[in-house]
Amino acid sequence: MRALFNIFIFPGFLFLFIFGLSAQFFDRRIYARLQNRQGPPWFQPLADFIKLVSKEEIIPEEANPNMFKAMPVIAITAVVTTITYIPMWSPKALFSFNGDLIVVLYLLTIPTLTFFLGGWYSTSLYSKIGAVRALTQLFAYEVPLLMSILAPALLANTWSLTEMAAFYQAHPGYWLFNILGFAIALVTLLGKLEKVPFDIPEAETEIVAGTFTEYSGRLMALFKLSIDMETVVAASLLAAVYLPFWLCCGPVVGFIGYMLKVLFIIATLSLLRTVFARLRIDQMVSFCWKYLAPLAFMQILFNLAVKGFIIR
Amino acid sequence: MNKHKVVIPIGPQHPALKEPESFSVTLSGEKIMAFSARLGYNHRGIEKACEERTYLQDIYLTERICGICSHTHSTAFVQAVEEIAGIVIPQRASYIRTIIGELERIHSHLLWLGVAAHEVGFDTLLMYTWRDREIVMDILAQVTGNRVNYGCNTIGGVRRDIDPSQIKDMLKAIDALEDRTKYYIDIATKETTLIERLSGVGKLSKKDAVTLGAVGPTGRASAVDRDVRRDDPYAAYDKLKFKVVTDDHCDVYGRALVRVGELMESYKILRQALKDMPEGPLTVKAPRKIPAGEATSRYEAPRGECFHYVKSNGTDKPERVKVRAPTLANVQTVAKMLEDGQLADLPIVIAAIDPCFSCTDRITLIKRDGSRSAKRMTWDELHTYSIDWYRKKGLNFAGLNEKLKKRI
Repeated sequence: MRALFNIFIFPGFLFLFIFGLSAQFFDRRIYARLQNRQGPPWFQPLADFIKLVSKEEIIPEEANPNMFKAMPVIAITAVVTTITYIPMWSPKALFSFNGDLIVVLYLLTIPTLTFFLGGWYSTSLYSKIGAVRALTQLFAYEVPLLMSILAPALLANTWSLTEMAAFYQAHPGYWLFNILGFAIALVTLLGKLEKVPFDIPEAETEIVAGTFTEYSGRLMALFKLSIDMETVVAASLLAAVYLPFWLCCGPVVGFIGYMLKVLFIIATLSLLRTVFARLRIDQMVSFCWKYLAPLAFMQILFNLAVKGFIIR
Repeated sequence: MNKHKVVIPIGPQHPALKEPESFSVTLSGEKIMAFSARLGYNHRGIEKACEERTYLQDIYLTERICGICSHTHSTAFVQAVEEIAGIVIPQRASYIRTIIGELERIHSHLLWLGVAAHEVGFDTLLMYTWRDREIVMDILAQVTGNRVNYGCNTIGGVRRDIDPSQIKDMLKAIDALEDRTKYYIDIATKETTLIERLSGVGKLSKKDAVTLGAVGPTGRASAVDRDVRRDDPYAAYDKLKFKVVTDDHCDVYGRALVRVGELMESYKILRQALKDMPEGPLTVKAPRKIPAGEATSRYEAPRGECFHYVKSNGTDKPERVKVRAPTLANVQTVAKMLEDGQLADLPIVIAAIDPCFSCTDRITLIKRDGSRSAKRMTWDELHTYSIDWYRKKGLNFAGLNEKLKKRI
């Protein structure tokens, strides 16, 4: 009973649904205000969702209907599962074991894979190009992201997010060592969430909507929702790893603190996507390998040095 | 065909294109192997329509060739007609034509800047430029009463005067726009991702530009120093001082620099024109029937040289009107620019010639006959209908078609 509650209501599907849509509103509003526009009203994301759900679903004749229909569901499932392993407002996550950090990162990769498969199985040319681009991009940003999240874990000497939170709770101030990793993770997150300047897989002026070109109706709504949820979950992960404070002051303060942290990360992402133009896929890949990966490696070396000389 | 290559259609309906036109690219991975443009998707038959109408009606029809450079086409047409009729327009009218033409250039270039930014995924710049474009649109609406089709020209002069209070507002708007344009120049020369996406993309050497007949900013960005305003001055341009902006980057970045540079020149021209504009009448009387003769007229549209040819036969309707819009001259260069290009660069390279397909394809008019139910026809029905229609007129192509079939 409790497990069902956790999965469907809190902190699972329903919570992520509401928080994801609010985050989308928050992001769109900030983006619009930075561009000198009015922006949507608060219920716009929900209205968009309802509209999409009520629309007709068209599955291309050439497409494999099972794969085509399964992909959005798998994407959402992966994202909702992830949240149960991330500590949000207390140092304890819902479930935890040593190594859950890797599981979380693995689960967060699944949506990208579903974008690839969904695009590939919809057989449209635009979708296929988008799908290949999504996968190419995955190989570029995933390594720096993994390395930059590895660094704080090294410092805490654990692979468990819950234990990491406890470690940083016990040593307040240590999170400052990971600032560089936080910056790298934020940039790679733009790639994961396919936002400007890394929205290459769905560059609308080149390949229409990329992966999602053939998707419509409920399936499209689910994909959109999974991206919104992924935004929140990934932001929560970053908040848990890099901003581990306000955790032990009770659930109320912790929850407000958690909200503030996530919204801060989302606001930073909005700011970043306002000020850049979209890169080309080759530029994106070389940027990730040339600059982000070495920087992330430096963060790891730095943390090893800190561990060797300061913490002991 | 090689199985590693894919052909993808860009258009007629595609988010990168603001107007319908059909392109197809052959890709190998992300690399462009071949590119072809197929014009005529939106053929409208305006030239023929012009022959069926009087000169006065044609001014308004040519104005509707393009939604952005409407003043361009009507001025070019009117100039040709005036040349045939031997009319010299009053000084004040020529200044007003110049002023509206430059305002149009400003709004067109600002529009282009936004579209180009959108093509490379820089929506913030799109929102900014289009917001600032409203300043010049408001001024145009204030002066002419319309935002797009100004209806300002008439044979023998202009229809609307510019009064001192409007001049004051215009100068204020120019100051504001100049300020903003400086900011955009700053962005274009400093913002890293924008420069990454624009420089080195869509190379067109000077030699190719000349061979393919590139006009306007597309040519000038490849160091082809041509501008009708200076080389063959019309309206009041011979009395105004301005610089022809050229650039030797030969790529999309250069084209962007030329356009923002031209914006700055336009402000200079406008300030001079508003200051020097002489008092006097707006029109001279023009005859309804234009004497027989022919004339060509050139006009430097925001996109390049716009060419009009008019032939008259002494009646109140022209015998032939021919329009060569700047995009038709420029569209050939796109295939050259895209050689060894990437798919990601395709939208911006097409956008960099500032294509205006409505200019290039033009119009056909469909009138509803009052009844609401329109009849739908299949292609075959339409085909037989056309054959029958000509047969009723005494023309029978059936025999000719048979002959043609046999020969093939």
